[in-house]
Amino acid sequence: MIRTTGLTKRYGPVLAVDRLDLDVREGDVYGFLGANGSGKTTTVRMLLGLVLATSGDIELLGAPVPKAVATVLPSVGALVEGPAAYSHLSGRANLALFDAMGGGSGRRDRRRRVEEALEQVGLARAADRRVRGYSLGMRQRLGLAGALLRAPRLLVLDEPTNGLDPQGIREMRDLLLSLNAAGTTIFLSSHLLAEVEQLCTRVGVLDRGRMVVQDDLATLQGPTGRTVVRTSDGVAAHALLDGRVDSRDGDRLVVRVDDPAEVNALLVGAGLRVTELYAERRGLEQVVLDATGGSGDVIR
Amino acid sequence: MIAVELVKMLRRPRTWVTLALLNALPTLVAVLLAVTDIGPQPGEGPAFLSAVLTDGTLFPLAALGIVLPLFMPVAVALYAGESVAGEAQAGTLRYVLVRPVGRTRLLVAKLISIMAFVLLAVAVVAAVAYVVGLVLLGEGTGNVTAISGSTLTPFQLVERTLMSIVYVALSMLGVAALALFLSTVSDSPLGAAFGALAFLIASTLLLTLDAAEALRPYLPTRYWLSFVDLFRDPILWRDILRGVLLQGVYVAVFLAAAWANFSTKDINS
Repeated sequence: MIRTTGLTKRYGPVLAVDRLDLDVREGDVYGFLGANGSGKTTTVRMLLGLVLATSGDIELLGAPVPKAVATVLPSVGALVEGPAAYSHLSGRANLALFDAMGGGSGRRDRRRRVEEALEQVGLARAADRRVRGYSLGMRQRLGLAGALLRAPRLLVLDEPTNGLDPQGIREMRDLLLSLNAAGTTIFLSSHLLAEVEQLCTRVGVLDRGRMVVQDDLATLQGPTGRTVVRTSDGVAAHALLDGRVDSRDGDRLVVRVDDPAEVNALLVGAGLRVTELYAERRGLEQVVLDATGGSGDVIR
Repeated sequence: MIAVELVKMLRRPRTWVTLALLNALPTLVAVLLAVTDIGPQPGEGPAFLSAVLTDGTLFPLAALGIVLPLFMPVAVALYAGESVAGEAQAGTLRYVLVRPVGRTRLLVAKLISIMAFVLLAVAVVAAVAYVVGLVLLGEGTGNVTAISGSTLTPFQLVERTLMSIVYVALSMLGVAALALFLSTVSDSPLGAAFGALAFLIASTLLLTLDAAEALRPYLPTRYWLSFVDLFRDPILWRDILRGVLLQGVYVAVFLAAAWANFSTKDINS
């Protein structure tokens, strides 16, 4: 759905995006992670033909960008760096106006499309109020409604949960997952690890303009080869597993054994009760920190 | 996209406030004339103002003469300067472009909406002035004395008034194109508007300067008031044609510049 090769953008002496090879496949919920200023938004703008690349190629739905934007973008819904609307008009009037832009959408079904989009994002009740009076969360919903107007095959969303309350974030997540289940590919850029971890199937991590990791989330979060165990007597367990314990925190131990069953058998055999036991997996935060060299200021 | 831009223009409160303000000064002048009955001497003050005391139906021309030198260009520069930069500032520009609306198309639609605004403004000023003139200053004898002395029939008068409305609208296109160009350069609507106005002020100033004689035929404001020539008998076409041609050149140059700048610009707003 999205494929870039050697994508580079230079602003004067600053290299904003550096030889980026992005690969988003059909059906993915792709999480594009990076700190503020790492080049996420510049990349999104290049994908949509707003910013012209210094070098490299972009393919969107199989067609070259920016050359073929006129034929490709009607099948793409986008939310770029915060929502925007004509503030003196109502939410509904804004959607109707945006729907009329760019052709390819008949006047006959406009009303239905607008109502459906409003319904999807839960904005139907506030649709007749002027956008001027909307909260940031409502504007965000309106922006998403605008992206959904044409039932796009690909959604490109830049920080979509920005400004939403926990309830709104949950609704947004459910909406995106149901859209994905119905066949929409989603490309989501974010600096929120938790959001990406809950939503995405594939992850790309951007660090100072360079892609440092790109893989399936399940692969990235693979087992570390260690087992976490909690027992009734931490000290005794430590003694029993001596040499293979990486760390002990009270009754909780991290053991360098990749099979939890082996640890379990060992402890129970020695008469110790096991209250918690699982194979340790890498968290996304750890993945990102490892990939970006672990410097604390990279992911904010 | 053209229809969308026209709808946007008509649904903006600002459009109507601007039109109301444009009509305020001519209306005030009409009231003052009606109350005091003191007109400027023939040949002094804004064009036609001395004649309206005897014939209120001439007031549209006087009103155009009043708003043309300053008010109208300010309104046009503000509207055109806002066209692209305003969308950039509000953030809607990126959403318009990813609809997708082609950049050239967007520029053309903006230009047409500006032209529609200019025509609307000129027509509203003329219409309001006609009503105000009729109500406050009264109807004349029916026939009007042309500036060169002979008499114009009511039909000729209407015809020439319409022509002058079109001419005044055309005269504004140069400013409009410049403001549109600046609007694609800057993300600040006011910056673009003031840039265009500064150019006009410079032009007006240079017109009064004898040392700038050689520049005069190329200054955008040079032929603005030439619509008066439409009321000579026979019509004195020379300056009018030059005025139209000059505006055409300004429009071509600034539109080309706007297109060259906008079509490859990185939209970071």
